[in-house]
Amino acid sequence: MRLAHRMAIESEWIRADMVEVSEFPYLITRYQVMGVPLTVVNETTFIEGARPESAFVEEVLSALSASSESET
Amino acid sequence: MAFLDERTRQELQRRWAELVHPVRLVFFTQELECPTCRETGQLLRETAELSEKIHLDVYNFQLDREQVEAFGVDKIPATVVMGERDYGIRFYGIPSGYEFASLVDAILAVSQGDSGLSPETREKLRRVKEPLHIQVLVTPT
Repeated sequence: MRLAHRMAIESEWIRADMVEVSEFPYLITRYQVMGVPLTVVNETTFIEGARPESAFVEEVLSALSASSESET
Repeated sequence: MAFLDERTRQELQRRWAELVHPVRLVFFTQELECPTCRETGQLLRETAELSEKIHLDVYNFQLDREQVEAFGVDKIPATVVMGERDYGIRFYGIPSGYEFASLVDAILAVSQGDSGLSPETREKLRRVKEPLHIQVLVTPT
């Protein structure tokens, strides 16, 4: 969680939510949560489990290339 | 009954000595049909009262629609942690247990206006020019 919030501080394009998902059961269904932490980026990219900083950042940023094929 | 025990309060007071700029906690709540709203409000009050640099604003999710819209919150309890500006940091649900440490970390980071991330990560994030919405789903610990 700390990494995501810190990324939000670093970039004005990034916002980061902690979601205590047991309080919002509909999200367990929507994102088919099997385990936590589960990170959902732009509704399209899913990261299961925790990661070191560099790996987490790479996977979060992969959401951008997933949504815009033209970027290299 | 206090939410934070004496040891946690002392630890927090020690951490809050590192605060630099004022921090604003914006809390969205309602009385009914929100089992953890009351507890979350108490946790935030006890957290904020240990430093004059931390200010807590409380809004009603049903009635204060203008603020709800302005901060873009869509469920409650919701807590915005902001410093000199709104960095886009939100906590949905009660930030207790392990996530209380995340709340403390977020408060310190926005107060210091520094992400603390590595130079490599900062460089990568500088290239981001499109919105990224990160939701980290957790369960109580």
